Amino acid sequence: MIKQFALAGALTLAYGSANAQMVEIDKNPFPSTYKPMQSQPVLIRGAHVFDGTGKELSKADLLLENGKITALGENLEAPQGVRIIDGTGKWVTPGIIDVHSHLGVYASPGVRATADGNEATSPVTAEVSSEHGVWPHDPGFNRARAGGVTAMLILPGSANLFGGRGTVLKNVPSRTVQGMKFPDAPYALKMACGENPKRVYGKKGGPGSRMGNFAGYRKSWIKATAYKKSWDDYREDYAKWEIKKKSATEKKDKDKKAPKAPKRNLQMETLMGVLNGEIIVNMHCYRADEMAQVIDMSKEFGYHVGAFHHAIEAYKVADLLRENDTCAAMWADWGGFKMEAYDSIRENIPMVYNAGACAIVHSDSGVGIQRLNQEAAKALSDGNKAGLNISQGEAWIWLSSNPAKLLGIGDKTGALTPGLNADVVLWSGNPFSVYSRADIVFVDGARVFDRHDKSHQAVSDFELGQPGEGDDK
Amino acid sequence: MSILEKFATASALLCLASAAPVWAQTIAITGGKVITNTAQGQLDKATVLIENGKILSVGTNIAIPDGATRIDASGKWVTPGLFAPLSQVGLIEVSLEESTDDSRAEKSEFSVALNGVDGFNPKAEAIAITKIEGMTRIAVSPGPGENIFSGSGFIADTSGDIVDSITEDHAFVMVQMGERGARIAGGSRPAAWAYLRNALDEARRYRPGRERKDALLNGPDAMALKPVAEGRIPLLVFVNRASDLMTLIRLHEAQPKLDLVAVGATEGWMVADELAAADIPVILEPQNNLPSSFESLGATMANAARLQKAGVTIAIAQLGEAFNARLAPQQAGDAVANGLPWDAAFAAITSAPAQIFGLEDELGALQSGMIADVVVWDGDPLELMTSPDYVFIGGKAQSLSSRQTKLRDRYMDLKDAKENPFAYR
Repeated sequence: MIKQFALAGALTLAYGSANAQMVEIDKNPFPSTYKPMQSQPVLIRGAHVFDGTGKELSKADLLLENGKITALGENLEAPQGVRIIDGTGKWVTPGIIDVHSHLGVYASPGVRATADGNEATSPVTAEVSSEHGVWPHDPGFNRARAGGVTAMLILPGSANLFGGRGTVLKNVPSRTVQGMKFPDAPYALKMACGENPKRVYGKKGGPGSRMGNFAGYRKSWIKATAYKKSWDDYREDYAKWEIKKKSATEKKDKDKKAPKAPKRNLQMETLMGVLNGEIIVNMHCYRADEMAQVIDMSKEFGYHVGAFHHAIEAYKVADLLRENDTCAAMWADWGGFKMEAYDSIRENIPMVYNAGACAIVHSDSGVGIQRLNQEAAKALSDGNKAGLNISQGEAWIWLSSNPAKLLGIGDKTGALTPGLNADVVLWSGNPFSVYSRADIVFVDGARVFDRHDKSHQAVSDFELGQPGEGDDK
Repeated sequence: MSILEKFATASALLCLASAAPVWAQTIAITGGKVITNTAQGQLDKATVLIENGKILSVGTNIAIPDGATRIDASGKWVTPGLFAPLSQVGLIEVSLEESTDDSRAEKSEFSVALNGVDGFNPKAEAIAITKIEGMTRIAVSPGPGENIFSGSGFIADTSGDIVDSITEDHAFVMVQMGERGARIAGGSRPAAWAYLRNALDEARRYRPGRERKDALLNGPDAMALKPVAEGRIPLLVFVNRASDLMTLIRLHEAQPKLDLVAVGATEGWMVADELAAADIPVILEPQNNLPSSFESLGATMANAARLQKAGVTIAIAQLGEAFNARLAPQQAGDAVANGLPWDAAFAAITSAPAQIFGLEDELGALQSGMIADVVVWDGDPLELMTSPDYVFIGGKAQSLSSRQTKLRDRYMDLKDAKENPFAYR
């Protein structure tokens, strides 16, 4: 404790001194401590494969070594000591990545004490972060793993214009949130369009309308632009000061105080991260006309919208989404519950994909996350019956590689490409059949779930000793 | 059959439906795999003959009368229409818009006397989207407000017929117990059960014009609850915790005449034998496997299979839905993936609901004399990638379009939006 105070004091003193270090904000104060579980090399032989990039292979072999995918092809040679799994009649896919989950922040049991997902006290709370609301013992993580989910973006709720940071987690059991954090994954920023913010704040000082929503976003972006400039200026001034100091010959130049760093502002730090391209905007937005205006706003302030979530009307503006390189994260068939969800159609996902835009299947639900493959199956089927021609292999893009790309982890996971993390699911049959189940789930090559092996089925602290004890007693 | 041919046949059927009285029609669905839900079981390459809105015959060796409209169902599945055992379809258009929600009445003086039929809109968007997924009958109940009784539920078809959609008015009453019932009734489970027992007692003794001064139920509520108290219509009891189900079983033992049905029952498997012995059917949601509350700590995907194995009659629903009651087949399929036999899963969304509401002689199976709710599917109806090609309700061919399919068709091609604005499409 004393040491901490001493450090803080030193930092304060450093401001304005002639020998001050440049002040930098720690962008990762809660770093990942994730370590892959133990694994042994695995060779899955003769399975049907959706590789996550759109390809479909029959009777292929997949080799997992040292936590990575090392080979995918026919008749692979088995290295010594490899565990061979007969994949005949089974399907192999990349692990499913859910880009819209509230596991941990709206945990089971859903009592008041576990509701930590919406900081609904002010319409702008970009300063909060979902990782601080996550309860790692939420049994929902284990249920989702049994459904083949290997990573997810945990988002704050949609009460606020700016809801706070979202955090990418690996779906592994851990005592701490840091133990689940996906190493080197960028943060997300949750924003929300439409009905929710105006409903929550309409009688609490506003915004009370969509007009107020947009004014609220823009005011914050103006502030964030100024804040970013203050830091950009500071860095520039500091660099100039340093150069001047080095080449200084006169004492008064040598003693010139370093420029003073701007005051830290948590809320603005998040928005600045977006403006700097380090934090990815994920915006809850149902209506097509609102998406179009949000895209204009992002251009006004020079940032990019990674994805619109729920995006019930994405099918109406799929061309705009494609042109702007913005994803739509969607349900297969939810809708109707509010006006902005009234125009839901069952072909939304395949129509967005067919228009060349980035389509993603998401859950927003502790139940739905357990069967995102089924959601994709329904959407695929409805799309093709309406005249589209999308293959099952392509549809898996909606479940793994597009989500990975959106979350900024596409170079690490999301496909069965050699070199990527061995985040893999072995299914009992075609995962687009209702009768198939995940048999084995690998994260970084480790068997984090095995339906036929109790010793590979995690039970959360909360469920231990309870009647269900993990859905299988 | 190509899509064009299919549409041609479908529209021919629809023309027939409007040109001639429905009772004059004979329809022969031939060559399909027929799921009868009767002792006949599954029949391959069988014919289902429909006449005057009823099933005339089902079998593999049936003469087709001259002039019958033929539907070739080769390679397809032919089943009874699906039956949602509990929903709010038609009571709500947009749930967050109070003006369109007739499922709740927190400020009403009445409870059981709130008759769901009075709020039912056969033209609600949800009716068509439910129908085109093969669901032809729906049990509909108001939801709980400020009383543990939700009101009176009813059975309807999904034809969208504004004049005649109701199959059975005042078909059942739903009561909320467990955590939510406890909160509504004053704060505890004992309060909810005391209120329920007293209400049944008052309803049983109720005589119009001779109301007791100290009665808790008002006259219309007592009148509406009377058929429940006398065991003439079912009481659907929303409970999840195993101990609550045991309380329900004790109510059954004390008042064996009551026609009790458990709804929810996430911990049902823990008292499966007891439920079977008490002959209490269960309406459940198989996907409900999260310990989402302290009354569902035993939630498991195996619930449906374990209950059925113990001999409990189960019906499967997407519960509490005004919009997605249509997802019951997926729920049933998931139950199969978790150990429920296929026949039991399919019965749970067809014949079991019919049985629970005393309609088993008319609905839920393909048998001579029963109402011709028939669906022709392009595959296994519990699968994710199958859908109906034809839907018949009471022998009448139904349109397979909805507001959703029209929106889809309007925006399917985004190419020439400038020359051809969407609103004119």
